[in-house]
Amino acid sequence: MTVLESSTLRLDASWVDYLLVGIYFLFVLGIGLMARRSVSSSLDFFLSGRSLPAWVTGLAFISANLGAVEIMGMSANGAALGMPTFHYYWIGAIPAMLFLAVVMMPFYYGSKVRSVPEFMHRRFGPAAHLVNAISFAVAQVLIAGVNLYLLATIVNSLLGWPIWVSTVIAAVIVLCYITLGGLSAAIYNEVLQFFVIVAALAPLTVIALDKVGGWSGLKAKMAHAGTSGQLSSWPGNSLTQYSSDVWSAVGIVLGLGFVLSFGYWTTNFVEVQRAMASKDMNSARRAPVIGSFPKMFIPFIIILPGMIAAVIVPELAKYKANGGKGGGITYNDSILLLMRDLLPNGLLGVAIAGMLAAFMAGMAANISAFNTVMSYDIWQSYVQKHKPDHFYTSFGRWATLVATIIAIGTSFFAGQYSNMMNYLQTLFGFFNAPLFATFILGMFWKKMSAAAGWTGLVAGTIAAVVMAVLSNDALGGASVGVVNLSGQGAAFVAAGAAFVVDIVVSVLVTAISRPRPESELRGLVYSLTPREDIRGERVSHWWESPTKLAGVSLLLVIILNAIFH
Amino acid sequence: MTTTDDTTQHPERHAAGLFDIRNIIGALLAIYGVVLLLTAAFGGNGPSAKNSSANLWMGIALLVFGVLFLLWARLRPIVVDEVALQHELADDQGPAGHGPAE
Repeated sequence: MTVLESSTLRLDASWVDYLLVGIYFLFVLGIGLMARRSVSSSLDFFLSGRSLPAWVTGLAFISANLGAVEIMGMSANGAALGMPTFHYYWIGAIPAMLFLAVVMMPFYYGSKVRSVPEFMHRRFGPAAHLVNAISFAVAQVLIAGVNLYLLATIVNSLLGWPIWVSTVIAAVIVLCYITLGGLSAAIYNEVLQFFVIVAALAPLTVIALDKVGGWSGLKAKMAHAGTSGQLSSWPGNSLTQYSSDVWSAVGIVLGLGFVLSFGYWTTNFVEVQRAMASKDMNSARRAPVIGSFPKMFIPFIIILPGMIAAVIVPELAKYKANGGKGGGITYNDSILLLMRDLLPNGLLGVAIAGMLAAFMAGMAANISAFNTVMSYDIWQSYVQKHKPDHFYTSFGRWATLVATIIAIGTSFFAGQYSNMMNYLQTLFGFFNAPLFATFILGMFWKKMSAAAGWTGLVAGTIAAVVMAVLSNDALGGASVGVVNLSGQGAAFVAAGAAFVVDIVVSVLVTAISRPRPESELRGLVYSLTPREDIRGERVSHWWESPTKLAGVSLLLVIILNAIFH
Repeated sequence: MTTTDDTTQHPERHAAGLFDIRNIIGALLAIYGVVLLLTAAFGGNGPSAKNSSANLWMGIALLVFGVLFLLWARLRPIVVDEVALQHELADDQGPAGHGPAE
């Protein structure tokens, strides 16, 4: 575990690159300042969200997810594991996004639930709400740590300062961004960021493909390196690290495709809220479907560069041949190494701007979500109840500062993973998998009791943590290796355990406790919600119908799976 | 969140103008395109191993893309309805608030 020493990777940025980064920040901070002073009714119009064009909400929907973690994590995964990484998109994202659009969204939009803790409170009462709020706050600080660590890697590769100095500087940058109002224009920044990221990664991919000699060149080089097995996405043993092909495919479909991804996409309200900003039910349902189209092609400009980096960047190729050891770099550096080797000054600046933007926005979103939950869901609801508004506002400012300081700590824990995806999937298993089980059960089973709500969540999370500790490396140095599972396969099993234990405990507890009166559950349980509350508007063209559009998306993703099996 | 002094000066329905997100995207991409083109024209002797014609091609692509966005915003403006907006803002500040802290 050598990661806390600063990496040897340096980006040769010139003044042109810094100029391009500076221009981006002027845009973002300018919009943020104007949003805070609310100088224009046009801006209010955009920020209040409703009646945004469908393509904007669709892009904002995936952009809220296309952050730092995705760019660095998925390219690291591509470099380490090759094609099976595509499963994170075609198995692990698109089906869940379509499920959200077709099944869950009518329900969310119709019942006007604005956040997960709010649903928990109305469906299960205070105990489940408190458990969920605390678990959510912890998750946000841990994920903020991941973002901060990755942001610090970029600062480190630019300026060459030690990683802990870079981390503190990165934290200060994020605090400035939040204070100067960058977050109040989140929907603007996310859509803008999407275009800058594509403008950076698309040419990187083209240049890299050219350099490696096209698809056939990549195949030849990977065969030469002895990793041609990574050129097919099924059964994906490199991803799960299961020796059996059948179990590997089962693990991918059930662990990643069902529990983790459905849990992530249907309960992640950072994304869901983007869709809920739409003007009517149909637009809200279409947002995830529209987002699914760019989403299915994004892996080509993220995973492919990672795979190419692993054969054409000499240090990385050596690192991979050594089984992931030595050389002062990790898989997380793949995309930065490729940028260093291939992008001329100028394009390099565009790429740095896109990356910095993504990391900053991602961490700022984590911190502000933490802040909201801490101030209102925890402090105002349970600790100091009847204070004036400004008390909670100033409490929120302190919460922001404290969260940033804690994130510096959690970023050092995150730094011990050479492939960030392993850590993230483990975290999602802890927090999203039990939540998804409780959500689905509570939504479709009206008898489920209030006590079952919180006991299920607690038991599910404990099951996932125990599983991760027992595995070889899912929880880094804290894992003891009793169960012989490692990598993302361990995370899939932990998520599966959380899901199953949550359901079993919920059913058992419901059997011995009293269900809530049905009158309180209207709009919260499927069978008790009148159909007219969740029916969409009539449409005049097939492409305006969320269900038909979702069908097209599903067909496309099946074709992609077949081509790149 | 008061924009009342604005509403007295402008007609109640007008184009989103500068704040139309397409204008912001278009402006940023076009500026990036110009900077890349200038780099390609004058910054010639960078590290030789790198493909510096990439700046030229990407500069052209970004400039074209940015201008297309600006044109799109110009030709199909998004209309802001002040009256409806005031209603929505008033709704947002209603009891919906932060949810569970009843």
